Amino acid sequence: MEQQFGGDRYARGLRGSGKARRIEGVAGMTRQKPNLELLEKAPTGIAGLDEITLGGFPRCRATLICGGAGCGKTLTALEFLVHGATEYNEPGVFMAFEETEEELARNVASLGFDLKGLVKRKKLVVDYVRVERSEIEETGEYDLEGLFIRLGYAIDSIKAKRVVLDTVEALFGGLSQEGILRAELRRLFRWLKGKGVTAVITGERGENTLTRHGLEEYVADCVILLDNRVINQVSTRRLRIVKYRGSLHGTNEYPFLIGQSGLSVLPITSLCLDHAAGRGRVSTGVPQLDDMFGGRGFYRASTVLISGGAGAGKSSIAAAFARGGVERGERVLYFSFEESPEQFMRNMRSVGINLRPGVDKGLLKFNSIRPSLRGLEMHLLAIHEAVRDFQPRLMVIDPITNLISVGDPLEVRSMLTRLIDFLKHEQITTIFTSLTPAAETSDKSEAGVSSLIDTWISLRNVENAGERNRALHVLKSRGMAHSNQVREFQLTSAGIKLVAVSVSGGDVLVGSARFAHDVQTAAEASKRKEELERLRRAVENKRRAASARISALQAESEAELDELNRRIAEESTRISALSNASEAMLRRRMDGNAHSGGALSEPGPQRGPRPPRRNASDGSAKQQTQVEP
Amino acid sequence: MTTSRARSRKPGTARNDNKEFWKLRLYVAGETPKSLTAFANLKRICEEHLAGKYHIEIVDLIKDPKLARGDQIIAVPTLVRKLPEPVRKIIGDLSNVERTLVGLDLKPVPLRE
Repeated sequence: MEQQFGGDRYARGLRGSGKARRIEGVAGMTRQKPNLELLEKAPTGIAGLDEITLGGFPRCRATLICGGAGCGKTLTALEFLVHGATEYNEPGVFMAFEETEEELARNVASLGFDLKGLVKRKKLVVDYVRVERSEIEETGEYDLEGLFIRLGYAIDSIKAKRVVLDTVEALFGGLSQEGILRAELRRLFRWLKGKGVTAVITGERGENTLTRHGLEEYVADCVILLDNRVINQVSTRRLRIVKYRGSLHGTNEYPFLIGQSGLSVLPITSLCLDHAAGRGRVSTGVPQLDDMFGGRGFYRASTVLISGGAGAGKSSIAAAFARGGVERGERVLYFSFEESPEQFMRNMRSVGINLRPGVDKGLLKFNSIRPSLRGLEMHLLAIHEAVRDFQPRLMVIDPITNLISVGDPLEVRSMLTRLIDFLKHEQITTIFTSLTPAAETSDKSEAGVSSLIDTWISLRNVENAGERNRALHVLKSRGMAHSNQVREFQLTSAGIKLVAVSVSGGDVLVGSARFAHDVQTAAEASKRKEELERLRRAVENKRRAASARISALQAESEAELDELNRRIAEESTRISALSNASEAMLRRRMDGNAHSGGALSEPGPQRGPRPPRRNASDGSAKQQTQVEP
Repeated sequence: MTTSRARSRKPGTARNDNKEFWKLRLYVAGETPKSLTAFANLKRICEEHLAGKYHIEIVDLIKDPKLARGDQIIAVPTLVRKLPEPVRKIIGDLSNVERTLVGLDLKPVPLRE
């Protein structure tokens, strides 16, 4: 039948032996496993809860939600039903032991749940069960078949797939025979399983037990504990999965919130780091700053931290980033925890950044609130909701430091982790600004969040020569070449400017010091240039003088040579004249005794052939005899 | 035992005196031993204490499950005293006569002269 999967036979073998392990892995990591019969789950539709339960509550089984008063048990259960009815086409039955249909409908109307509408459309049945001890007299044996029939009728009437029993423990208050009750409850949960419905049972938390009447004994498949604690006057709701048979699940305490649109648990995506990594870049809004990141700015969907002391210009860079986004037509969400939008815009105008057009065009949205007004989770939720509503591409949180003041560092860190994961998931490029106390070095103070940050720009105030100037450098930027240079960062009425700093004797000079240094350097340079000119001129002079001397010498020697040549010529004429004269004289004498001379001839010496050298020929003969065998 | 609405005695005399008329409804789930016991017990008590002034209606929830909601029935058998007001509920097989009488707001002392 289902042979299309290779592992099917294997799975069936396991099932046959009755030992099929029903473990659901992290989504996406179980592909290679054989096709085992995994525990089916019913998605709750509650933001975050499906992530930590890896899919929802166990289908066709019972889940116990327990917790103290006001923890949100009823709401969690009701949301499970409403989402089931509206999103997953699984109608539900809500059996309320504590509130009437009217009360319930009114209580959740503020969260946008239209219970009455759902009831009318046969997606939901709300059955209020009143158990009033004063009205009931018990005599003899009974069972809870009436409850079963009621529930069964409600389930069948709308073909419900989900059932909630909201504090079934109320029965213990109304009926005195605990023995009967316990037996009947046990039967009820078994019966629910048989009905094929996914049940959620709520229970009030007891002294040392999860529920006052030990419901966890009967409902053992999945137990979720809700909790509401007040720490430092801030109340935080938390949720923990105590057990979940047959499934992996998140084990931590997760903060959750009851917001305007219902419940949300906030791990969101922190179970796995699987967000896409884009190669696109986004400008920083300051051209010179882009240059420091290889000329193209930040990676899209990356997280940028700008840290610096008071007045270092963090918000200005953030504002320039926001304006850059608006100019490209991107939506920008700006969380300002220190200034109201009007004040912020006025202040940014003074450094030549006009944000008003962005606001008017609806591309830039400010969200200003004092951070201490809400708990951390509330902030996280507010950010989530704002992002969902506005769908920004860029976001600024200015500053996160104020959030840190709300909670303890551990909580803040976990919140920021979740926030950053969420923003990456939504592919939003975000700038966080962070105020570092002047005394601390920038590298140390953000150690807590630095590992979460992709790009970190550090701003510094450099105090020197009676003035304070701003310096900027890129501390890190993951996955791209970035400048290692410190730049002087100037806020002018025409906007942000980055100027290369001067370095002198190992010190970075900024502001007037840099200016003075530059002027001095320029003066020195021109002085050197003059010196060089002077030297060049001297060389030229020397060369000219030399060549003048050479030509003088040449002229002199030429004159001498001429003289000598002249004398040579004279001498040779004189010699030739003398020889002519002597020839003439000889001829005259020859004419006088003509027969006195004759030709002399002498024979040359005669040479005979040399005798052969004996030694040499003997040697060669000897050699020959030696060679022959 | 009749499973739908069984009308037991309906004496004409009782109608004239509304104050004295007892309208009882017994919810059961099928013909279980428990429901049979409850019905038998109820009938005996009524005959003994309310002869001629009562009316028992039997509701079988297995046949009419939607009726369970109206009277807030969770346990069976449940006896509901609809009249006289206020509504009272007695759950169980009514084997304890005294408690049943308390539940019905009947004096344990017999009404017989």
